[in-house]
Amino acid sequence: MKFLVCISNVPDTTTKITFTPDNKEFNKAGVQFVINPWDEYALTRAIELKEAQGSGTVTVLNVGEADTEPNIRKALAIGADDAIRVNAYPKDAFFVAQQIASIAKDGGYDVILMGKESIDYNGFQVHGMVGELLGIPTVAPAMKLDMSGNTATLEREIEGGKEIVEVNTPFVASCQQPMCEPRIPNMRGIMTARTKPLKVVEPTGDASRTQVTEYQLPPKKQGVKLIPAESAGDLIKLLRNEAKVI
Amino acid sequence: MSVLVVVECDKGEVKKSSLEVASYGSQVAQLLGTTATAVAVGEASEASLAQLGEQGISKVLYDAEPRLKDFVNGAYTKLIAAAAQQEDAKVLVLANSNIGASVGSRLAVRLQASLATNVVELPKNDGGQFTVKRGAFSGKAFAEVVLTGDRKIIAVKKNSIEAQHEAGKTATVESFSAQLSDADFADAPKQVVLQDQAGGILLPEADKVVSGGRGMKGPENWHLIEDLAKALGAATACSKPVSDVDWRPHHEHVGQTGITVSPNLYIACGISGAIQHLAGVNSSKVIVVINKDPEAPFFKAADYGIVGDVFDVLPKLTQAVKELN
Repeated sequence: MKFLVCISNVPDTTTKITFTPDNKEFNKAGVQFVINPWDEYALTRAIELKEAQGSGTVTVLNVGEADTEPNIRKALAIGADDAIRVNAYPKDAFFVAQQIASIAKDGGYDVILMGKESIDYNGFQVHGMVGELLGIPTVAPAMKLDMSGNTATLEREIEGGKEIVEVNTPFVASCQQPMCEPRIPNMRGIMTARTKPLKVVEPTGDASRTQVTEYQLPPKKQGVKLIPAESAGDLIKLLRNEAKVI
Repeated sequence: MSVLVVVECDKGEVKKSSLEVASYGSQVAQLLGTTATAVAVGEASEASLAQLGEQGISKVLYDAEPRLKDFVNGAYTKLIAAAAQQEDAKVLVLANSNIGASVGSRLAVRLQASLATNVVELPKNDGGQFTVKRGAFSGKAFAEVVLTGDRKIIAVKKNSIEAQHEAGKTATVESFSAQLSDADFADAPKQVVLQDQAGGILLPEADKVVSGGRGMKGPENWHLIEDLAKALGAATACSKPVSDVDWRPHHEHVGQTGITVSPNLYIACGISGAIQHLAGVNSSKVIVVINKDPEAPFFKAADYGIVGDVFDVLPKLTQAVKELN
């Protein structure tokens, strides 16, 4: 079975977010980039399923410029077999989805996995767009994924519960916890990753449908009002009479 | 031309987040000089749909097909796309929920529309440029985004705008069919498992949340969180370390890689306030932090704070709420 795992290159979760002086771009200076944490669930689960099946391949796909390659290598070190980088700045979700759909179609992948969303843009859009472009089902967000032959059983989170869904390959799933325990690279993985194939391809078209004109930081808090622990009950009065939230 | 609003229903009622979406949609319609129609999904009742008039909706389309009671991505997408065609909708508005994002992303391709999720304000329409403000970087920032497509789809973040209530106004409810076939139900659920929620308040829909961290010392102490939540009519939540060690189920995990909440009131008990946790809660209107460590970083992000032992403070708060009521 051929798995395609789509990963994004995002600022580390501890990053303090700042922007360029014109507020038009994220300020990358001094920022450590990582594999998007949600995508790690997709990657590890694909590797686990491949191992369970005893055959197949896991291909990692990233739409990004050359500076994403260290994290693509990291994904190879974790256990993917090969990688494809679409050499383009990921302009928006629709642009990225078209690249993924084009590669998925040409490569004949059975299962296309990705994280629920990226922690930088937080679109939660690419999964559905890829499914629609390919005319195949999308299950999002998936908390569990098992395969039996060509049939997958997934748990899809809905507000207030979950749905147990069965779909046949090919399909798209966007992954989240508690799907698996994301793996970290071991020394052998790091060594073999260096020689695994990483193919760079040029993008298909340049269509996008959104354009970010400005970033803003949230307004700062006024400062905390402390209430002595002995008179904790006064907090409740403040919440009613001052903050008016209860 | 019109605005089409997608309302999610559950057990015969329109979800609170969808009332907000309906209000948002009718305000967009006013901005564009047109009317707002709704299409309902899930288990709805005619009475609750008619009541969407209070949010400025003139007409509600509803397909009573029984298989549409549960979420099915394929079928919902086709139904909403058919409604959008019939109503010549130029703008679609949905909730930024799992359902809304699943369906919205497919619709964006099918209807060749621009899609913005996680939207927190009404759009601006200046000189033909349609701009929305959306949350980005996991709640650490906002982005102004121009939707360049002819059609636009907007997924509105919960609790970002207040639902209007114009008492006495009703919407007409029309039955609607999208000629769905079995193929549209390929991802229909075999089974639906509902969470057992304390007090029946779902975290994503809650406007008050009481949340616990490692400072609670163990799952056996969670009754202190639950008691306060029950007295306040709040949902319960937790930090990542707590769900990682299975003290609480993962769907209660609030933070950068869990769920993002934006309630009116968020009470954090024994949570230090790691940057990843703050990302999931910092759009809450009022944040209360209870922690015995005065240096806990969460106090910097809080509106009110108590430096003290949660085991001593929580029962006092619960008692004070009961006395207030």
